[in-house]
Amino acid sequence: MTNRLQFRWLLRAPRRPPAYQSAIGALAAAVLFAGVGASQSVSTQGPAVADTLRDAPSGRATAAVIVASKPFGESYLLAEMLAQLLESRGIMVQRRPGLGSTEVAFQALRSNAIDVYPEYTGTGLIAVLKDSATEAMRRDPRLLFSHVANQFEMRYGVRWLPPLGFANGYAIAVRRETAERLNLRTISDLARASDALSAGFTNDFIGRQDGFAGLALAYDLRLQSVKPLAPAIKYEALATGAIDVIDGYSTDGLLARYDLVVLTDDLRFFPPYDAAAVVSPRTAQSRPDVIGALSLLSGRITESAVREWNRRIEVSRDPISAVAADALRALALLSAPDERGTYEAHAPDPARSVRDDGFAAFFWARRAQTARLAFEHAVLVAVSLGCAILLSVPLGVVLARKPRTAAWVMQLLGILQTIPSIALLAFMIPLFGIGTTPALVALWLYALLPIVRATHSGVTHADPDAVAAGEALGMTPWQQLWWVQLPLSTPAVLAGVRTAAVITVGAATLAAFIGAGGLGEPIVTGLGLADSRLVLSGALPAAALAILVDAALAVVQRVVAPPRSDHQTSAASG
Amino acid sequence: MPCRFPLSLVPWSSRSPHDVSAALDAAHISHSFGAIRVLDDVSIRVREGEVLAIIGQSGSGKTTLLRCFNRLLEPDAGSVRVQGTDVRSLDAVVLRRRIGYVPQTGGLLPHWTVQRNVALVPQLIKHATPTQAAATALELVGLPPEEYGSRFPHQLSGGQRQRVALARALAAQQQIVLLDEPFGALDAISRSALHEVFARVQSELRFTAILVTHDLAESARLAHSIAVMRAGRIEQIGTMRELQHSPATPYVAALIAQALGSAAALLERG
Repeated sequence: MTNRLQFRWLLRAPRRPPAYQSAIGALAAAVLFAGVGASQSVSTQGPAVADTLRDAPSGRATAAVIVASKPFGESYLLAEMLAQLLESRGIMVQRRPGLGSTEVAFQALRSNAIDVYPEYTGTGLIAVLKDSATEAMRRDPRLLFSHVANQFEMRYGVRWLPPLGFANGYAIAVRRETAERLNLRTISDLARASDALSAGFTNDFIGRQDGFAGLALAYDLRLQSVKPLAPAIKYEALATGAIDVIDGYSTDGLLARYDLVVLTDDLRFFPPYDAAAVVSPRTAQSRPDVIGALSLLSGRITESAVREWNRRIEVSRDPISAVAADALRALALLSAPDERGTYEAHAPDPARSVRDDGFAAFFWARRAQTARLAFEHAVLVAVSLGCAILLSVPLGVVLARKPRTAAWVMQLLGILQTIPSIALLAFMIPLFGIGTTPALVALWLYALLPIVRATHSGVTHADPDAVAAGEALGMTPWQQLWWVQLPLSTPAVLAGVRTAAVITVGAATLAAFIGAGGLGEPIVTGLGLADSRLVLSGALPAAALAILVDAALAVVQRVVAPPRSDHQTSAASG
Repeated sequence: MPCRFPLSLVPWSSRSPHDVSAALDAAHISHSFGAIRVLDDVSIRVREGEVLAIIGQSGSGKTTLLRCFNRLLEPDAGSVRVQGTDVRSLDAVVLRRRIGYVPQTGGLLPHWTVQRNVALVPQLIKHATPTQAAATALELVGLPPEEYGSRFPHQLSGGQRQRVALARALAAQQQIVLLDEPFGALDAISRSALHEVFARVQSELRFTAILVTHDLAESARLAHSIAVMRAGRIEQIGTMRELQHSPATPYVAALIAQALGSAAALLERG
């Protein structure tokens, strides 16, 4: 929770007006450059949230173990179980739920920015090792596990703990009525009847060789139609009969809710996806106590049990911490039932207790949290944008005098701009760890181009006659810059800042993928849990913030704009 | 103003003092932009208190020559002296503050008021009362500061803007003024009015000036002597009368003939 620590520090800064400027400067420097090796500082600065009991700094002897997850229900649940298990054994824990993607989570783990997260063997094989399963691995999940575990150990020093006991692979599901009517039990059965059926698959699944593209080849599937559908509406569409076949995960709680039939992968096309905890190189080497505690879960979780827990999270919308505590108790790994109250305090979303009272009630119940997230968001934007202005405006000015350098610097910044945000965030992890620092650096990088370009063009095109006259009358180059070029390019610079600000407000929602908080947090969690109210509770304030920032800067633009600079308006005789 | 052209083509030649040393002196100036030789062994002198007009077509090198005097351009060869001092021994910025400058479009800073524009050079040279200096200069060019001082350039007519530019070039009591086609963009009536202002102010203050123009009539009216430039070379330097009666080259003769011809045509129509 380094981010919160920094935010408080920020809050304090304005109360010391004399030190204000140096404080901002120090902040910029600290935020931007002290982040190298932030993985260390994340765990040593550690828990700063004093208002939650268990994160209170207690011992300095051992660092808190950072337990992370990817942004979907089951990953949240397994991570929470791992975290509570560690805590019940007296090990201090810091939670980093909802890291953006396999890439982000793995990069964070590999660079010791997090210590453990739940992963699946098939994902490790395909997404990280960029490998595909052999025939033998498809037949024997243990073979796949040992291959993946060995490769991870060898290449990255990352340790796979023994599997948890269940697999969560791709599942092809149909309505029970369809299955009975057409007598479908396997995907081969589906292939027989496929020309009469239409499917809705997630975008991600459709194109992949290890997804539908390969599956259709392997089984000779000829579906009537295939529509790309968002995960959240796939099940609804299937239940209402709009489509007949969907892809899912074998442990989805929604499979049970809609009474769906999962077709057996009789040709073993999908590789096994055994769940296991993966541990960072540092923790694997130096924390036998952590390894020991985490291993207590190995082989204990069955597919039916995890499906029921997932159902509680996805369908009943029970708090994840409560479900995790119940699960650990059911496995006899957690005793004291009165501890539950503590876990409630850690529910990622108190408003989830407002079940079906509509969005307004839900939003109202979350207002305090939304305000906090909006503040975090605003700070992310303000700091990254502020630092971007500090660099971009002088850079744009300098480049205006060096056209050749300008060309390639712009090109470089342009290339930077084309890197997908999530990839850029992933690149940041080895350098800056996870949390606020890498997010700020990434947002800062994104904000540079619009401002540099606007400043450069503003200064280059500032009324050339006025600039030339300034020089001819004996202004020094600095005076020309400060008195003529900069004032005349202010509207252009502000337009660039406005563009950058709106981009940054939007991009900052992605910062949640690397644990930097902000309004992206409910969006990421909501997407992971297929909870559209939660998504909206982040997306609407983010949109409002973008509009607000844009409007505020528009006002600034109007106030600061110099009088009309064109000098060919009136032609009346002198 | 009644049109005395062409009879009064040589207004002030009689009062040129020959014994005064040159305030502006360029000797054997050559300069090239890449392969193009824009100035080819050019020498001109302007005596203290006199106005020299440089006339020529676009691209003849007249603006390039002008820019050598305040070191906006360093010529490849030759030497430039201002009031007897080689400009290369002077700091460019300090030199420019001593020399007034009026560009074609006025070059007023669009975000500054008239007052602030005119006070620029007094402010740069740390004048004790730049505001006062600006007011005096505005008064001089016929723009009452209380009425025009707080306006912005876009609130002025083209002629008023050039008056402000002239005031700005004089506000620090510069003894030398460089004018680069200062009246070229104005309509005929405004131009005529500006000519009158310039002539009056010059005779009052007696500053030394180089006036770049492509208008022979303007040169004749405002300058003591005229340098005709063509393709980077000086064709002839002399008074209007000298150019008229003993043109050094066919080009000068043609130039005079053309100017007189169009003036005659004007007279016939009027």
